[in-house]
Order: sequence, then structure tokens, then C-alpha cells
Amino acid sequence: MNVKTTHTTPGLLKSPFYPRLAPFNEAEQWGDWNGYANALFYKDAYTEYFTTRNSCGVYDVSPMCKYRIRGDDAEAMLNRMVTRDVSKQGINKVAYNVWCDDRGKVIDDGTIFRFAQNDFILMCAEPALDWLMLACEGFTAISVHEETEEIAGLALQGPTSCALLKALQLAGVENLTPFEIGQFAFPADNPVTQLTISRTGFTGDLGYELWIAPEHALLLWDQLFARGEPYGLHPYGEESLDMARIEAGFILPEVEFHGALHTVNLDHDHSPFELSLDWMVNLKKPHFNGREALIKEKQQGSPWRLLKLDIPGEKVAENAILYAEKICKTEIGYVTSALNSPVTKANIALAMVKGSHIDKDIFAEIYYQKELRWNRKVRKCTVQQKPFWWPDRGRATPPADY
Amino acid sequence: MATAFGHKPILTMTPKYDAIVIGAGHNGLTNAAYLAKAGLNVLVLEKNDYIGGAAVSRELHPGWIYSNCSYVCTLLRQSIHRDLNLSKYGLMIVPYGSTTFLGANGSYLAEYTNEAMTYRDIKRHSPRDADAYVRYHRDLMRYCKLIRYFLLRTPPDPTSFKPRDIKEMIYMGRKFLDMGEETIYEFIRFLTMSAADFLDEYFESDLLKAGLASASIIGTALGVYSPGTAYVLLHHVMGDVDGSVGTWGLARGGMGAISNAIAGALQDFGGKIKTNAEVAQLLVRNNRTYGVTLTNGDEIHADIVVSNLDPKRTFTKIVDAKDIPAKLRKKAENFKIRGSSGKLNFALTGRPTFPALPQNSELTKGSLQFVESLEAMERGYDDWKNKRWSRKPFVELTQSSIWDPTLAAPGHYFVSTFVQYCPADVEGGWDQNKKDAFAKSVIDTIAEHSPDFEDLIAHVEVRTPAELESEVGLTEGNIFQGELTIDQLLFNRPFPGYAQYRGPIQGMYLCGSATHPGGGVSSACGANSAREILLDLKRSKVNGAAVVPEEFVDD
Amino acid sequence: MTDISASHDVIIIGAGHNGLVCANYLARAGKRVLVLEAAAQTGGLAASRQLDGGFQCAVPHSLPQLQKKLVDDLKLTDFGFRLPDTTLPTVALNPDGKHITITADQLCGASDADTLAYGEFTRLLNRFAKAIEPFWYKSPPRIGSGNWADTLSLGQFGLNLRLLGKQDMAEFMRMIALPAQDLTDEFFDSDLLKAALSWDFVIGNKLAPRSPNNAVLNQLLKLSGDLAGNNRYHTGAVTLFPGGANSLIRAMEQSAQAAGAEILCNASVKRVLMQDQTAVGVELDDGRTYKAHHIVSNADPKTSFFKLLGARHLPIQFAHRIRRNRNRGMVGKLHLGLKNLPHFNQLNNANGRLLIAPSREYIESAFDQAKYGEVSDQLAMEIVIPTLQDPSLAPTGHHLLSAHVQYLPYDIKGGWEEHKPRVLESLLNTLQQYAPTIRESIVSAELLTPKDLEQEYRVDGGHWHHGEFCIDQWWVNRPTYGASQYTTPVTGFYLCGAGSHPGGGIMGAAGHNCAQQILNTGKGAATP
Repeated sequence: MNVKTTHTTPGLLKSPFYPRLAPFNEAEQWGDWNGYANALFYKDAYTEYFTTRNSCGVYDVSPMCKYRIRGDDAEAMLNRMVTRDVSKQGINKVAYNVWCDDRGKVIDDGTIFRFAQNDFILMCAEPALDWLMLACEGFTAISVHEETEEIAGLALQGPTSCALLKALQLAGVENLTPFEIGQFAFPADNPVTQLTISRTGFTGDLGYELWIAPEHALLLWDQLFARGEPYGLHPYGEESLDMARIEAGFILPEVEFHGALHTVNLDHDHSPFELSLDWMVNLKKPHFNGREALIKEKQQGSPWRLLKLDIPGEKVAENAILYAEKICKTEIGYVTSALNSPVTKANIALAMVKGSHIDKDIFAEIYYQKELRWNRKVRKCTVQQKPFWWPDRGRATPPADY
Repeated sequence: MATAFGHKPILTMTPKYDAIVIGAGHNGLTNAAYLAKAGLNVLVLEKNDYIGGAAVSRELHPGWIYSNCSYVCTLLRQSIHRDLNLSKYGLMIVPYGSTTFLGANGSYLAEYTNEAMTYRDIKRHSPRDADAYVRYHRDLMRYCKLIRYFLLRTPPDPTSFKPRDIKEMIYMGRKFLDMGEETIYEFIRFLTMSAADFLDEYFESDLLKAGLASASIIGTALGVYSPGTAYVLLHHVMGDVDGSVGTWGLARGGMGAISNAIAGALQDFGGKIKTNAEVAQLLVRNNRTYGVTLTNGDEIHADIVVSNLDPKRTFTKIVDAKDIPAKLRKKAENFKIRGSSGKLNFALTGRPTFPALPQNSELTKGSLQFVESLEAMERGYDDWKNKRWSRKPFVELTQSSIWDPTLAAPGHYFVSTFVQYCPADVEGGWDQNKKDAFAKSVIDTIAEHSPDFEDLIAHVEVRTPAELESEVGLTEGNIFQGELTIDQLLFNRPFPGYAQYRGPIQGMYLCGSATHPGGGVSSACGANSAREILLDLKRSKVNGAAVVPEEFVDD
Repeated sequence: MTDISASHDVIIIGAGHNGLVCANYLARAGKRVLVLEAAAQTGGLAASRQLDGGFQCAVPHSLPQLQKKLVDDLKLTDFGFRLPDTTLPTVALNPDGKHITITADQLCGASDADTLAYGEFTRLLNRFAKAIEPFWYKSPPRIGSGNWADTLSLGQFGLNLRLLGKQDMAEFMRMIALPAQDLTDEFFDSDLLKAALSWDFVIGNKLAPRSPNNAVLNQLLKLSGDLAGNNRYHTGAVTLFPGGANSLIRAMEQSAQAAGAEILCNASVKRVLMQDQTAVGVELDDGRTYKAHHIVSNADPKTSFFKLLGARHLPIQFAHRIRRNRNRGMVGKLHLGLKNLPHFNQLNNANGRLLIAPSREYIESAFDQAKYGEVSDQLAMEIVIPTLQDPSLAPTGHHLLSAHVQYLPYDIKGGWEEHKPRVLESLLNTLQQYAPTIRESIVSAELLTPKDLEQEYRVDGGHWHHGEFCIDQWWVNRPTYGASQYTTPVTGFYLCGAGSHPGGGIMGAAGHNCAQQILNTGKGAATP
């Protein structure tokens, strides 16, 4: 135990990019992400949203929790912990993962970066150290080290993102396939550090995440912004990110699901099947946590399913309760996230629906305000299978320049 | 301090009431208030010249109001507060912010009012613990949720085949099963294990473990390594202030404000309180009570007599041995009501500083707990076992007047400290020298963390268990009116067969903290007891609504 | 799943007495059983050991928990095991010579009031023991599973308690949580007697007279045997191993072999072999492999799950629950080879169980030091001289002194290497206070600390019971839920050791229950 004698600083922590972020944040709208100041929006969420769909934008992902996992048992430990097969994950590849408790309920989601046979980083939006250490019990050749403060990160997302990186002379960056990791000497003309780029993101569109030592964070920022103007570069905040991720159908902890490690009420947590993450559950691989329960659930059917709903009209279905009938008699679920999608012009929602009703009529009871006065509408919803926004350019290698 | 109830006309004929409550502690007053609410003519008898029992505000030094027994509050049932309209009678519960564990060599760990700050402060000591705290909290909340269902209910008798007992057993069983299989097993473990073992399952930081473990020994004659202390820990976090479970608050005006407010409600319902009226004996004829005699020889009659005293006092002092079965008297003698806590209350002429803490932070105003390690706490218990006060005591320091402007003049401060352990039967018996030495050990402990504290003392009240016993009437000075061990909890409280508030004599009832759900300023014991009395009188409902609230607000 | 290459139906890892019992029952039911023992001989913690000078001893020296039913089922008497025909009293030694002798139904040297109270005390404990007796030899139910058999089993538990009668049931539910201190205070006056009676409430565990919740349970486990006759109360009616522990172990071994079980010694299992999430066999240190449909571990839970199986095959929370299992031993064992019978002050007959525990405070204070990894100079001891019953355990005219010693912490500050000679010396000093000439008789001496037990007997933590015997590690929580019905989260892998319900002591119940579970599973009963 290494007790630091310093006090805990009150107020929000500042990411390495903060000196550059702050001047942009004219609205001074800061939220709290893992204790860090995290812009809700800089000027206007709606405009910033379009940077990820029309040009490119940066989002400070430095507050992301990062755990370096090394050792001969690292793969076995991770493979027992998460639902996908880590042994099939190539070196310099990233994989999106969820992990469950013994009952098959999701604790959290995150990404695993594999740098070598025995060298991984687990990244997640919330701390996972407690669970990681529990998962390490019984393994000997393993070490876990938190590197949250040792790695600064910027998500660069949007159709011109690759073009901007090319403008920084990062040779071969366009050849990165989705979920691939590349290492680049940086800056290209006068290297002082290494820049790690992964073709990952949370917008469903073309995008990259850039990882660098914190002392060089401002250098990265300045290089990007020195060349970014022609590519429409602008920082975007949490609210616009939320719009983009709903369109892409990505789930958010504590929004779509309540993490199993802090759920007090029985069964108020959810399995990956309930979150419609079936594709991530590899029941063919050897034992992983929650496997028995998930096999059982697969056979018996899931009590809940997370659905993508298309709702007529323009009234956003935020916090709506779902019913089996238009007269709103039988409650069958609730909306977790809702948005009037700017790019698709659809009124969309992610919703948790009872398993027995996913193939039946679903009505949303929507409350909305008009000059303070509350109104109510009941709309029949259509279930969508695909994400609302999932452009081919996000998957193309090499990507087009815009 | 003068009370509003001190000057009642002297009664000349043998007066007769519907019910007498012995002891104007907060549970006795609650009990009486509910009986009065149901229309009974009630009299509360109090031996002291002030009411409140262990929930009092007293001006022990001119200009300073002392909450000199209980000093903070979390268990006071919100539904009773609302039901008896206590706010109307001046009661306001104010949360008092952060809790800081101060360890050796200037180290500290704080539970801030802001969760994110707490996380970061734990992370200073152990990143893993900061994260594990979430899981720890979840598990405690699961257990709290279960226990909270039972607080305002009468425990069933598991040996009984009466429909009501069976119904209640099923109710309890169902709530138990509702937790889910895994939590059931964990709860069984939790209920019986030691606080140290429990905390070891989550944390590695000794300061954090020691700090959290303090709740497991307060008022308890057990150590952090003793099986059963995990439950005591829960007993200290299962209360709430305005639905925020685990939060503690202060009563504005001192803890006496609680008693005074309940007394106000009682009097509005037509109930009466008589102070300076110590009960000498319970009057019994044909196994039925008909009143009490006072130590001054007065006799007061009533068909119902409720004892708010602990069972040891009730069954060995007030009730004549011939009126109860010998076995019951033996049970009362065996009842575990052990003195293990001391208190020092201070009038200060300035605000003490705590150099370990960041200057001007909220922490300097909150609760401060001087702990070192689990081992140091356990060694403190070893001292108690050997009839000594702890050489290195656990001290909790509450700066009430920072939060409550009514307690002291501006610039003056009232500070109370709670000290664990201090035995009731110190080797060779208590005398002034020992009392001074005990006080010195506490002041020295404070001085380690606050060098200017001692110089600010205008007055100090030193309370060993002996003072608590002689003033408040709690046997051995046990703050819970009986140990919170499984053999004295739920249907075992105070002892098997007598957990439903009824005494062995017809018309006689118990309503003190020695009954379910146990110690703490909860009013629950008094209310539960009133519900049983009214049930026996077939007066439990007025206009179709239950007089005494059952169950909980939305949980 | 059937593996055609399997040579056996069941492989049992470890030939401790529970492993032998389990093998025996399975073999009798027609299973092909292979028992693999790492040591050169069977018996596990009960295996006989040689003390320099020709003395034969073993870690356990008394036999309170064995049931006649097991002896009969396995026909142990046909294989040389003799049922004990006498019981020994317990003698509470008093430094001033005023000892109290406790027999099954009376006290010698105590007041009339205490003698009277002893009757009631014994009656109550025997009633409690009787009420929970059926549950020692029964797999614990699952609570809240909704399963009919589980509900029935729980109901039966409730009914058994209710059948105690209203008063005794209420007392049971109160007393089960009482520490020995309060319990003995409720009954008795004499400090010496209180201390002696407290001994059986605390021995074997991290428990002292003042520790709540687990004392009565610990006592009830000891009252589970019936070899002492109708009045089974153990403190006053101690049964030793006739012929030493060795004779029972040999009988268990031979009976199992006669039933068809194959036993291999010097066969140390390195790991359990897995295939498709199922345990299918074992690999030995020397590379040999064996396959079977059921793999049963008689090892302690930590060894079973972490060493033999490996965390990667286990659910994470489950593994953590095994990890957190408290299994650090607190009891040491002292063996003294003596060239003549020691004389204890004012004691005419040393043929009894002699307790050096003059007061509860004495025991408590020894415990208080052990809590912090220290060892008291005033340790409590339970002494027997087995050679008084069976002279063959020592050379002619010589005697063996066998003593359980409390409390010796597993983790001692500074390490056992450094402290062991000092502790042995202080034990001899303590003995000398009661038997002044004992030092002159000593031929050989050994002290086994929990660390020694761990190393010599491969029991993680060196604990008698493979894990603390306490309510929070009992019944449905022994070793933890998910493995408390002898099955484990790994298909085909079972537990049969003292770490499972009902716990340790020479009893065989865990082995018996595990065998029943395997046989029931074969019949198609649901596995949890």
C-alpha cells in the first residue's frame, strides 16, 4: 500500500488536453466523467454532432479507465472474464467486450487492446479494478497496472478523419482496418514520441482513437488543429456523442443497463442477451464467467430484450413507458435512450422490452412539453434490426477522404 | 434545563389513568403519544426533573447546550416523524456531512458528502478499495433493505402456531427469499461473522477497514474480530435521513429536541408527563397490574403499565420477584446489557483545528473518528475484557454546534466525543482518580490530532458507564439497552417468549430499546409496543386507519 | 458424458478418512473406484506417525464424532477395528490440586449447585444434538431454489427444532449464538468448571470463550458421535481410538479394498484433467494419467479448486468465495515420548482427558495473543495418555503424552522457525506446573504447528476442519454455496473432505454424503 500524503483535490480533475479544451468551452458546460471535467458541449451540441457525421471532431477520452494486463496468464484470465474469445484476438487488434458476474449479468463493457501475446489493455468507461483483481485470483503469472493517468486519448471521428491523419504524414494510417492498432512516430517530421492509433470509436462512423503519453498530449492537439481547419475539425462534447451513439445503437452503462456489481434489487441487472449482444457471447469457447447461466438463458429465452424502435412523429420518446395496447393497459417495457435522429430523420429509441412481447405490438406512451404544458401521445413502434446509422465508409479500407 | 412539563398540579386522591408509561425516554414518549392518539388517558412517569432519557439537551455549562447522551440520529423512523407531526413541535433533523477516519502519523481517509470525492480519497489509499467500495455498499444496501422491512413490525414467535405468527413468519420468509438465492447465503454469513472478516473480503487498506469497522463496535462489548459484529455495523448504517440510507443527522436544538417534540405531540393528544416521579414498584394483583407506587410512596393506578426501562431493571427492581416466574427473573439477570462506552462532552471557547485535514475543507466540520487499525481497535477491546478502559481508545468526535447554531454562542462550540471501550466495572471500581485518568486518555488521543484542542476547553463532562447508569437509568450504561447480538435480536429481544412487547403480567408491557428493533433513537420500539397494546385493547384502528404506522415508506 | 477410455467410475484424490469412506460407499454400490494418495500411507490428517523412541501417535487422539452406523455400514469391525468399550472422564486440572473430574453424568470436586446445573446443561445440549443429528449425514439443501426436495429438507429442519418443544426450541435459537463465556455463566459458579466446559465449545477453531455465534455449533459437532453409548455427552465421556488412529484407518482402508476400491499410495495428483468443461481424469506428478466419470477431491477446498483444478475453470465470484474461506489453523499438537507414566499433582488416575485451562480468562488471554500472530507463554492444553489404554503404542513401560495446544497462530510474527523451540519450552514449563517431574521422563518430543500440519499433511492453512467451523462457513455455506452439495460448478468434480458439510473430526460424514450425492446423480437426480 502506497499512501500518498497529499489531499484529494476538490473539484474536477483536468485531463492533459484541458488547456486546449477550456478555451473552446465558451458555455463552460462541464460534466463529470470519472472525476474529470468532461465537456457536455462546447458551443452547441447539435452543431458539434455534425462534426462526426459531416467532417471530423475530437472527443477527449483520457478519463477512460485503462488497465494494463501483462503476463503468461493474461490471455487465460481475460478469456475467463469476458464473453468473446480472446485467444482468437490478433495482436494489434481491439475487441469490444462485455463481462458478466457468475449469474451471467453484465458488469460492464469495454474494449480489449492486444499489443502482444502477453500484453493487453482493458479500457472501460468506469473503474473495473475491483472486478479485475477478483478475476485474477488463482492466476499467478499476471500483473495488473492502472494506466489511466499515463495515457491521454483523443477520439477523432467523422468522414474526414482519415484524411486529416494523412495530412499529418502518418504513413500508412489509411491501411488500418476497423479495430486495428497502428504505431506511428510522432510528429512524423520530427519524432519525439510514439502515437498509438486504433481504428475504433463510439459514433458508428469512420473514426480513430489516438493515444499518446500525457506530456505530449498538447503537441498532438496542436498538430491536429494546425491542419484541421480544412477538414472541419472541432471538439465535440458528451451530448453530441450521445446522439451519435444512439444512432449507432451502442449501449451505455447506467443508461441501457445497471452494472451487476452495484445492483441492489434482484434481477435489475441484465444479461448480454437481454442487451441484444448475442453476437458477442461465444458459447463455443471454453468456460467463461456466466457461461452456464447464459446457456440456460439461451435455452429458456431472455426475460428482457433491448430493442431499437422506430417511432412515428417527432416527439422524442424520452423516459416513455411501453405498453402492449394502444389504451396503455399492460406495461411491457421502457425506453432507455431516445433521439430525433438528425441524419436519418427518424424518431428513434433504444428500449428494454419484456421477452414475451418482442414480436408483438409495442406502443410508447410519450410525454412532451409545450410551453410548460405537458401533453401525451401514444405511438405504435416498429422494431429495427440494424443500427439507424451504419455507413459503409466506416468499414472501408482505405477510407475515402470525405 | 427547565422543561415545559415540570409544574403540574399535585394530585391528592389516588389518580387513575388508562395507561402509565415508566420512563420519559424517547421510546416511552412515543409509546405514550400513540396510546394518547388512540384516545387513552396516559401518564408518563420520569424519575429525573427533565424528560428525554438518553435523548436530551441540557445546559451543563452556562451558555452551552449539551446533547450529552445520544448525539446523532439516523434510525428515527420518518413515518413516525410525519405521523406524529413532530416538525410542528420543533423537530428538524439536519444531516451533518462528511465522516473522516484519522489514522496514525497524520494519515486520514474521508467519506465526503460527494461520492466522487470519497472515491478519490479512498483511491489515495488503495485504488482497488475505491472500486470495491461500490460492491461493499451494494451488499450492505441489500441487507439494509431486508432489515428495514422489519423495523416497524412486531417480531413473530417462531415457536408459535398462532395464525398471526405464522403469517408474520411467512412475511419475513418471503422478504428473505425475495433477495435471491445468492444474497440469502451471503446474508446468513453476514449476520454471524465478524466485522473484520467481513471487511477483509472487500478491502486492503487498514485505515479504511478500521474506519468502517468503528460502526461495528460502538456501544458494543465485542471487538472487531468477534463474530456477530458485522450485524452491529449494519445496525449503524441501516437508518436514513430523508431516505438517504446510511446518512446521519443532528436534531436542531440537540437530541432533546426529539424528546420534546414527541412530548409536544403527546400533550396535544391529551397525555400527561410527571417528572421527579421515580417508580418504586409495579402493583400486581392476580397476575394483573393495576398501577405503580413511586419512591415517595404515592400510588398511581392504571390498567396498563408500560416499562421503558431495560428488562434487567424492570424485572429485577420494579417487579416484585413473587409476581413473575423465577425462570423469567433468571432470564433478566442473564440479559446482556454491558457497559462498554464512555463519553466526554466539551464546551469549547474556540474552534479546534485538525492539522492532518486540508484547511477549510468540509471535513473539518464533519464527524471525526480517531482510528488506527483493526488490530489497535481489537486491543482496545482486550483492555475492556481485562476491566480497563482502552489505553488507545476509539474516539468519535462530533462538532454538533458547527451545524446547529442553537447550541452555543457564536465563536463557542459544543463538541461531543464517544469513546469505546470503557468498562462499567473497572478493576477496583470507579473513583474520581480513575475517571480523571480515563478523561486524560481521551483528551490525549484528541490532542494527537488536534494540538490546540485542550486549551479551548471551558468545561468537560466525563461520563463513564457508571454516570450513564445513575443518571439515565441504563443498566451498566449500555447505550442500546442490551447487546445487539443474535441471542438478543428480533424474536430473541429481550428474550425468547417476550419479544412481542407483552410482559409476563397482564396489562404490563415493554417499550424500551431492549425490545425489537433495538437501540438507537428510532422511536420504533415505542411505536411497535403501542401497536400491540392497542391490539389487545381492540383499539388499533381509528376510523378504519391504523393508529400506529406499520411497514415503511417507499423503499 | 461418457468417456470410453475411462478406467474407473470414480477417482478420489486423497485417502484421508473421508476419502476412504466415500470410496467404500461407492465401491459397495458397484462403482469402480480408484483412490490416489500422495503420501506413502493412507489416513491423511489421521495417519499414524512415528515419534523417535518407538512411539506411535497421530494428530487426532480422541474419537467423539464417529457413529455406529458408519462402523456397521462399512463393517469396520470385520477389519480389526474395535469399538471403544470405555469412556474417559475429563479432568479439569487445578494448579492447587483441587481438580474437578467430569464424567457423563456427574461432577467430582464441584458444588452441589454446579452438579445439578450440569445435569440440565447436559440434557439441553443432548437434546439439541439429537435435533440436528439427521442433518450431519445429509446433503445441505439449497435455499430459495424452489426445489421440492430442498423445501422438504428445510421444513424438516424446522420441524425437528419445533419438536424440541416450545421452550427448548426458543432456547436453542438463543443459545446457538451464545459464547461459551455467557453460556457457562448462565449455568455454573466454579471458574475451573466453566473453563473446562468451555474447552469443547472452542477447541479446533479460531474461537475463545467470549466469541459469539459459533461455540454451540462447535460443541454440537462433537456431540454427533454415539460410540460413547446412550449418553453421548462428550466432555464427560471421551472415547479414544482403541489401538490408536492407525487401527481405524487400516480398517477403513481394508474395508474399502474388500469392497473393491483400488488404493494407490505415493500417487500425488498434479492436476485434474478437463475436457469440454467437464472433469474427466487426473494427471499425477510422475506423468501418469487416469480417467473416470467422477473426480472427487478429499483435499481442502483451496487445494481442490486452485491447485488441482485451476481458477480458469471456475466462476469468478465462486473462486473468490473459496479464496476468502477462512482456513488458518489455531491448534497445535504436542507429542511427548516418556520413559514412565507422568505424575500429575494430586491426581490418582491420569487415565482421562486432562485439561490445562484453569480459567476462561486463561484461555481467552492465550487467544488474544494468537489473534495478533503472537504466542502466549500460558497455553491451554488437552492431554491424553493413550498408552494407558493401549500399551502397544510405546515400548514396554513407556508412555505417550498427546496434547492439543491452543492457541498457535498459523502466521506467527517472525516465523515458526524462530519461535518453535521457545513455544515448546514454554509448553514444558506449563506442564511442569502440573506434573513437576515430567521433564526427567522425556525421551522424545515434537510440536506440530498449523504450518507443520499444512506442510506435512498438504492441508492449506493447517486447519483440523480444512476451514473454520462456524455458522458463516456451515451447512449451505460450507465450503460455500455453489459447492455445498458436494457437487461443484465443474461438472464431474466433487468434494468429499472436511471442508464440506459437516466438517472435520473423524466422522466420515462428508465422505458418506458425497458418495450418496454421486449415487443419486447417477439415478438421474438433478445436479445443482
